[in-house]
Amino acid sequence: MSKLPPNYSVQTRTRASSISAIVALVLVVVAIALPAFASRSLIQDMFFILTMLVLAQFWNLLAGYGGLVSVGQQAFVGIGAYAMFGVVILLGFDPVASILIGGIAALVLAIPTAFFAFRLQGAYFAIGTWVIAEVVRLLVAQWKSVGGGTGTSLPRSATSDMWFTGTIETLFDVKSAAARDILAYWLAVVLAVATIAGIYWLLRTKRGLGLAAVRDNIEAAKSVGVDAVRMKWLVFLVSAFGTGLAGGLIYLQKARISPDAAFSLQDWTAYVIFIVVIGGIGTIEGPILGVLVFFILQSLLADYGSWYLMVLGLIGIAIMLFAPRGLWGLFSDRTGIELFPVRRRLTGGRLSATLPSSKEE
Amino acid sequence: MIWVDTILQGILLGGLYALFAAGLSLVFGIMRLVNLAHGDLIVLGAYLILLLVTLTGLSPFVAAAVAMPFMFALGYGLQKFMLNRVLGDDILPPLLVTFGLSVVLQNALLEGFSADSQRIQAGSLSTASIEIAGIGLGVMPLLTFGSALVVIIGLNQLFYRTSLGRAFRATSDDPTTASLMGIKPAGIFAKATGIAMIIVTIAALYLGMRSNFDPSIGPARLIYAFEAVIIGGLGSLWGTLAGGVIIGVAQTVGAAINPEWQILAGHVAFLVVLLLRPRGLFPRAVD
Amino acid sequence: MTALLETRGLTARYGDFQALFGVDLVLDEGETIAIIGSNGAGKTTLMRSIAGVLRNPVDGIRFEGRAIGDRPADEIMAMGIAMVPEGRKLFPSLSVEENLQIGAYGRQTGGYWSLETVYELFPVLKERRSNPGTALSGGQQQMVAIGRALMSNPRVLLCDEISLGLAPVIIKDIYKAVPRIRESGASMIVVEQDIGQAMAVADRVYCMMEGRITLTGRPGDLSREAIHDAYFGAQA
Ligand SMILES: Nc1ncnc2c1ncn2[C@@H]1O[C@H](COP(=O)(O)OP(=O)(O)OP(=O)(O)O)[C@@H](O)[C@H]1O
Ligand SMILES: [Mg+2]
Repeated sequence: MSKLPPNYSVQTRTRASSISAIVALVLVVVAIALPAFASRSLIQDMFFILTMLVLAQFWNLLAGYGGLVSVGQQAFVGIGAYAMFGVVILLGFDPVASILIGGIAALVLAIPTAFFAFRLQGAYFAIGTWVIAEVVRLLVAQWKSVGGGTGTSLPRSATSDMWFTGTIETLFDVKSAAARDILAYWLAVVLAVATIAGIYWLLRTKRGLGLAAVRDNIEAAKSVGVDAVRMKWLVFLVSAFGTGLAGGLIYLQKARISPDAAFSLQDWTAYVIFIVVIGGIGTIEGPILGVLVFFILQSLLADYGSWYLMVLGLIGIAIMLFAPRGLWGLFSDRTGIELFPVRRRLTGGRLSATLPSSKEE
Repeated sequence: MIWVDTILQGILLGGLYALFAAGLSLVFGIMRLVNLAHGDLIVLGAYLILLLVTLTGLSPFVAAAVAMPFMFALGYGLQKFMLNRVLGDDILPPLLVTFGLSVVLQNALLEGFSADSQRIQAGSLSTASIEIAGIGLGVMPLLTFGSALVVIIGLNQLFYRTSLGRAFRATSDDPTTASLMGIKPAGIFAKATGIAMIIVTIAALYLGMRSNFDPSIGPARLIYAFEAVIIGGLGSLWGTLAGGVIIGVAQTVGAAINPEWQILAGHVAFLVVLLLRPRGLFPRAVD
Repeated sequence: MTALLETRGLTARYGDFQALFGVDLVLDEGETIAIIGSNGAGKTTLMRSIAGVLRNPVDGIRFEGRAIGDRPADEIMAMGIAMVPEGRKLFPSLSVEENLQIGAYGRQTGGYWSLETVYELFPVLKERRSNPGTALSGGQQQMVAIGRALMSNPRVLLCDEISLGLAPVIIKDIYKAVPRIRESGASMIVVEQDIGQAMAVADRVYCMMEGRITLTGRPGDLSREAIHDAYFGAQA
């Protein structure tokens, strides 16, 4: 690395990002206070949005930054949820604490998954992860003590004396089911904030910058000393852990599980992919915008069933063909605004050398 | 004796999986594209044949022949107007576009034909069987396997005996230099996907005659096809048949032990091959 | 009379990098011209532009008076402009014979060149016809690349450094084919780093430096000094 002359300074912060930090802080405070004045159905909607956002951020970390297009994330949602149910039902753990077990279970599953799937390149990696998710689903369906193929519910005893729910019941004067929704919602707020902050931090570390190098060009990354294989493992394991936590949390709120639902390709991977693609892959803002668009589309079109999914698919295709960087990419190109700048930008001075691109035509 | 029977059934089932996989293998071999909607296109083909049979009373085999040009045109158009635009060094766009296509197709079929399962009626053929050395073999599975052989031999002839086949291989090697030979890579890709859709139609015929189908079963067919291709080794058509047979045998043997293990056994066989021979059983020398 | 092939003010760029700055070149029917210049002068870029691998402004290139600058490679080839690319670029999945056959894929007008006449020109290829193209020696591979381009019976044959990496004896062997190619009616543009070789085969020579034509003339009319200056830049 050559030293930069003193009149340059390397910045990763932009004016928009400073403003957005303040806005984000306000938003978090409002989000935490929300149950005091919002209806139960709004809380449930917010829970859905936040958990999908978490899944989308982790998928984006994998595909958008790591170049690992997984179609098997449902494996980690499912195993996280089932591990949570397993320790609650079989060992009598508290459900809230068990969410962590869900994340750990997903992390453990990710090790053999990566071992197999990393033997496959590109598109074959995608289907490989899907096969493994299918295998896990079929195996879990054989696990009789959590209901086998038909599934089971969280025992009443566990849900009624779950940590914090008693306090919430008295605090907001609500029934136990509503208290559970509020608790799940708060946990989702924490998870979403932690996810975004964590990924933002990861991408701004030296490692994270290496990640972008790996995505852009494995050979070049190697030549500057980024260990591409290590980075792939790191990203894959981190995403699995986060996805497993989300899985545990989602099914804590649902309180009922079955293999087909918990390992659903459509719910936990297809939707998530559309969220990221529509919002803008390879940015932190993209999934946030995407999940809002997704939620609005769903509210408008959900009554039309399969038409809704067709529209979603067509929008996804159109975005990929005509605006591959998604809605956020369109917006950001027009305005130059970046809320979560992860690229280092050189300011001051003048860049003298222009780099030839290898694109022909 | 029961085991011999089980394994034979599995081998014949492998013919069906090889039919699912041949189109995928062809397209991947020429343009390194994995079409995530492949399974849904097979299901679409089955509905098209069903529609023709119901509306015109044609025999399913004739109906499939009638469907072929339509499916060819569909594949050609899909490649030319959609997939060619996203081919390139970045694997993400083609994956995401075909994934979107898969969702669109599944839900369009759901809207058009409902979620009820359907079957292409093949009359007495579907129950006919012949006995060889004391083992009863279904005529339908035998026909399926025979068709898989014909498809693979036909594709090999196309690849190694015709001018179009040379152009396929040349474009696969190096599209830029191929264009110096007067080959239009975009056109070659469109033809290849068109041909893959003809094979998809044959696969659809047997899928629809042998078992019930509904709009949601495409992704599972894609997975079997994919496993067969990987087991065989990328780009090897005979390898793809071998891969199909391995999945088929694993499934029937698994099912014979415990009916719930049928699908699982196929996936496990795939993972075992991946573990022992990451490049498949018959990898291509140059890649 | 219009030239067979002509470039006028041809420019070419790779992204932000400009590789050609207004190249004017003329090839008449029946003529052989040579383009010389050091590494990076833009010779290959010029060949790739004419062959349609790189797209150019439509008026930059004319063939028989027609503006073809924006046409893609497969159309250019069908018009009768064939290229022997730098580095031979044989298809590894094709045998020697298949490599030759595919040369006529986009243009089957008939004419002097066919498998038989190409094998007559390079007899060694007939013995190796069923080997994979890439299993041959460098010189033999170059013969396949030339034969492959001839199979379309081109009006114009572009040869990009056919002597690259070959021993002098082999180069001589390969250049022996040039008179036969000219007799068959093809006009030729030969890119060469070997100045002597270029002077020997060409009716006219163009010298390139940094994306521009710096000198042109008949081999007999050009002095060593003039070529040296055009090649390496004039010493002030
Ligand atoms: N694909 C590409 N992308 C970017 N720049 C390129 C590309 N190809 C060539 N160049 C640049 O264009 C200029 C001309 O290159 P070109 O290959 O035409 O030279 P040349 O005269 O054929 O050289 P040589 O004798 O080494 O073959 C060089 O500076 C080269 O670096
Ligand atoms: Mg060159």
